[in-house]
Amino acid sequence: MTPPPTPPGAPVGAAPREPAPSDVANGLPPDARAPAPAVWCSGLRKRYRGRTAVAGVSFTVGRGEVVGLLGPNGAGKTSVIKMLLGLVRPDAGEVLLLGQPARDPRSRARVGYLPELFRYQPWLTAAEVLALHTRLAGVPVPAKERRECLAMVGLADRAGDRVGGFSKGMQQRLGLAVALVARPELVILDEPTSALDPIGRADVRDLVLSLKARGVAVLLNSHLIGEVERVCDRVVILDKGRVVASGTLPELLGRREVRLRLDGVNPQAEARLAAAGEVTRDGDAFTIALPTDHDIDIVPDLVADLVRLGVRIHAVEPGRISLEQRLLDILRSGPNEEPA
Amino acid sequence: MTVRLVLTVAALTLREASRRRVLRSLAALTVVLLALSAWGFSRINAEFSGLTSGEARIVASIVLNLVMFGLSLISALGTAFLAGPTLAGEVESGIALAVLARPVRRHTVLLGKWLGLVTFAGGFVAIAGLAQLLIVRVTVGYWPPHPAVGLGLLVAQAMVLLTLGLLLSTAISPMASGVVAVGLFGATWVAGVVGAAGEAFGYDSIARVGTVSRVLLPTDGLWRGAMNAFQDPTLLLMFSTEGFEGHPFLSPAPITPAYLGWAGLWVALILGLAGLAFQRRDI
Repeated sequence: MTPPPTPPGAPVGAAPREPAPSDVANGLPPDARAPAPAVWCSGLRKRYRGRTAVAGVSFTVGRGEVVGLLGPNGAGKTSVIKMLLGLVRPDAGEVLLLGQPARDPRSRARVGYLPELFRYQPWLTAAEVLALHTRLAGVPVPAKERRECLAMVGLADRAGDRVGGFSKGMQQRLGLAVALVARPELVILDEPTSALDPIGRADVRDLVLSLKARGVAVLLNSHLIGEVERVCDRVVILDKGRVVASGTLPELLGRREVRLRLDGVNPQAEARLAAAGEVTRDGDAFTIALPTDHDIDIVPDLVADLVRLGVRIHAVEPGRISLEQRLLDILRSGPNEEPA
Repeated sequence: MTVRLVLTVAALTLREASRRRVLRSLAALTVVLLALSAWGFSRINAEFSGLTSGEARIVASIVLNLVMFGLSLISALGTAFLAGPTLAGEVESGIALAVLARPVRRHTVLLGKWLGLVTFAGGFVAIAGLAQLLIVRVTVGYWPPHPAVGLGLLVAQAMVLLTLGLLLSTAISPMASGVVAVGLFGATWVAGVVGAAGEAFGYDSIARVGTVSRVLLPTDGLWRGAMNAFQDPTLLLMFSTEGFEGHPFLSPAPITPAYLGWAGLWVALILGLAGLAFQRRDI
């Protein structure tokens, strides 16, 4: 397994540094001298009535980093999130939130959370729900800022309406406002777009990107892999309660490829194709797997050489393995096969 | 910090109670009860005009305790069905997820809810009870000897029941916790009546049923103390003590400080147990 990056030294808003081989992988707490990561968890375990839900999960989320939590249904994603937030008691393992042990509720003072099961007091208005949450967080947020927060999720004109009359999509938008209202340094979003239409999903994507730009760390659990691919710096993949893969998107997606439709391919051209990378042929279609650290000129050079060798080129398409394909590969190959 | 959070949650609980249908239902039931009792007491005055003042006081005392029992039943139903949803309902619906993910300790949330419910029950019993006493005074001219003590004990009874409701709601569903709490309240009252009958007829083993039930759940003991505070003291001179013991709506003795202390300790123990159960629960 690739150890997840642990950026305790990174200032808020900075890009995460490369993984340190210590800390999470060794189950050691982060370096006390450096600013603590937003999330640090090690060896989390949980069993429900004899069934193992989480079996030794460890990862970190650096300050200002957006990390996607992926995995099939029942992989343990929501259980892990609830253990991070003290909603579920882990059987074993440790959690630090923003440098403080999670068993101390004060560690959650700067944490925003949108639950998968989002419900808010139906007898309160949207504005009252936000006021309640700022009081519970102990963060004095002026009414103007709370209204701006509602406006940010598209509920500015519903501030005075009772939540009981809201649609599911509106309640999820309210949940986003609740997660963001107390000026969080870490936001945990559990399926934040499950009830939203395509416009709402795009809004959430923009919101996550704006949080990233402001240096707010985000842990995002979503089944919408395209969403994760667009906004996340790193991905942690869970299956059957274990971390089966984790890393940055380039690390996980690894190789790129180029697809060509050719005719008149002679032995010299075949040798030239093989020199560019691993070749897969299907009739006149050739797929060349490019090395991870390939030169950006590798494709133009290859095309120029093929033309010089008398090959007729009908199509050249750049290709990349999607995160969805990679996720399926990882889940189907089982937990022992690690990504590059 | 903790006190501020307790007060925030208590205020939220009061707001919930005031905005949910349970308050309107409670208010409607109370108005119906008060109106019926006003009509009933005025009829007592009209139909039994030939009674002596002492006899009228006896009738008024007994009927007042009967009506107050109705009032305590309404407050028991109301608080038990508020206590259940406020905790178990929020856990089941998911409302608790966002609240408990805030920097709050669970026992702080529990204490806030308890305080809010106690305030609600106290307010209800004080207002509705006082209205009932005034109706009796206006219609038949009877004013109980210790109205504040009686109303205070009715509040304490509601407090005991809602604390039990909170404990049950940490473990079972909202509706079940309300039903079980009200069921236990009714069972303890019946056990109290049975025990009193046992005392009246000298059957110690039957009398023990009432004693044990009053220790296990102090609602009936507090109710008997409240009845004693509402009834005319001259009744004691007119009837034998045994006669009182067998009567479901008369009480021979005032509540003792020891029993009041036990009720207070019982509330603290059950609330502590609810706190432990809630702390350990996965949300």
